[in-house]
Amino acid sequence: MDGLSFEAPEGAVTALIGPNGAGKTSTVEACVGLRRPTSGTIEVLGTKVPGPDRAMSQLHAHVGVMLQDGGLYATARPLAMLTHVARLYPAPRDPAELLMAMGIDPDTRTPLRRMSGGEQRRVAAAAALVGRPRLVFLDEPTTGLDAVARRTFHDLIRRYVDEGLSVVLTTHLMDDVERLADTVVVVAAGRAIRVGTVADLTGDEDSVRFTAPMHLDTSDLTAALPPGSTVEEAPPGRYRVTGNLDPLALSTVTAWCGQHGVATKDIHLGKASLEDVVVDLVGDM
Amino acid sequence: MTTSPSGRTLDQARWETGLLLRNGEQLLLTIAIPLGILLVLGVTDVLPVDSGGATGSDRIASALGVVMAVTVISSGFTSLAIATAFERRSGALRFLGTTPLTRGELLGGKLLATLSVTAISVVITTVTALLLGWRPTAGAGWSIVALALGVAAWVPWGLALGGSLRAEAVLAIANGVFLVILMFGGVVIPASSLPGPLDILVAYLPSGALVDGLSSALLLGQPDGVAMVILLAWTTAGTLVATRVFRWS
Repeated sequence: MDGLSFEAPEGAVTALIGPNGAGKTSTVEACVGLRRPTSGTIEVLGTKVPGPDRAMSQLHAHVGVMLQDGGLYATARPLAMLTHVARLYPAPRDPAELLMAMGIDPDTRTPLRRMSGGEQRRVAAAAALVGRPRLVFLDEPTTGLDAVARRTFHDLIRRYVDEGLSVVLTTHLMDDVERLADTVVVVAAGRAIRVGTVADLTGDEDSVRFTAPMHLDTSDLTAALPPGSTVEEAPPGRYRVTGNLDPLALSTVTAWCGQHGVATKDIHLGKASLEDVVVDLVGDM
Repeated sequence: MTTSPSGRTLDQARWETGLLLRNGEQLLLTIAIPLGILLVLGVTDVLPVDSGGATGSDRIASALGVVMAVTVISSGFTSLAIATAFERRSGALRFLGTTPLTRGELLGGKLLATLSVTAISVVITTVTALLLGWRPTAGAGWSIVALALGVAAWVPWGLALGGSLRAEAVLAIANGVFLVILMFGGVVIPASSLPGPLDILVAYLPSGALVDGLSSALLLGQPDGVAMVILLAWTTAGTLVATRVFRWS
């Protein structure tokens, strides 16, 4: 990480998004004391991290963590493991109820190593929440979850957030961000390059977006569009037409493509999606 | 729910003990193999035993010392190293590092769980020895001191191995070391039956010193001070190595 700076407000969901290797997981690991930053400061719930064992233990009593990979005892059953984890916290949630809310049968005799990847992720999420944390770090929590399980997970997290839980979430799924995030931090190469709400990032402005070969000369397209329109290429191969877009803007673009023999795909008119914005900012994720 | 360090250590110890007792391979290592060795050494003469050539009870006492040493090495070193390595691989230790459980409490839990499993195994083998005709001498209780020092000497080495290498490598090395120590570490084959200078060297190994300490207690009813000092030295060295090489993931 290099100059990554952000604040996660209380009682809200802060999503860290960005390409693989951007530093999202490193950030989460540094925030919970699993990784030592070479410089800079981290403060979590008023405690400087990393700190002495006793201070970290007191902090961890109020923090839940779902790691990106694993974190479970392979030979244990879900309820047994969750019950043990719950005992380490001062005021835990009921492990069986939490498993049920996650769609896992608390009475299952199947050991964790024989459960599917999605089921293991749900148990890991339950383990992050069982201590009744004030703040939870969820590192790609919905990877491997089917659509229904993902919705159930979103609803559960939203409910806890409404009760005051703060969440720091990393994800590659824009669905997670759009349904959960109050604040989005776009991370690339270890830096926070944009911070805002989903609406801040996507903006209100309509645009025409299309994908085409890189480095086209678009000066005559600009000339064909109404005055005040601009055509930008960023990142290479992705074009964005903004400005004074009249109802004919889309046909002007397609006509220009046809005249110039430009093979295009993904052409659309409207507000940018969050994914469009992120790809524009950091290239393909 | 627990909020105190000692409470969390005990919770972790209970959890680790449960995991050990539910794991078939671990039970084989810590209970079945020692029991099998006791039966073979105690009632047959397929292997020489340092019994001082005396009565059947002494023969069983000598075999019991060997078996207790095997129990300590298998639970304190081999089982612990393998379990720790696989917990590192699954990320379970990393996850625990994000809970209120501190490193000290985790290691304390592992030590207590190892002591519990060793105690269970020692009780089973002791009862079996009594059934086979062993009559303890006065002072046999010194064996408990030797056992505790043995666990303390082996546990840091188990953690150092399990906490530093890949799980598959740990599996191979921990079992390999266990077998070599059993055969050539003054355990199953008595030091006096090993070719020189191995017979002198093994007394300074944590295996040989442990067997010496146990034999002295069980056969002579007295402590072996030299063996205890050697075990303490291995504890110190092991702790220094473990704190340097142990990794949580």
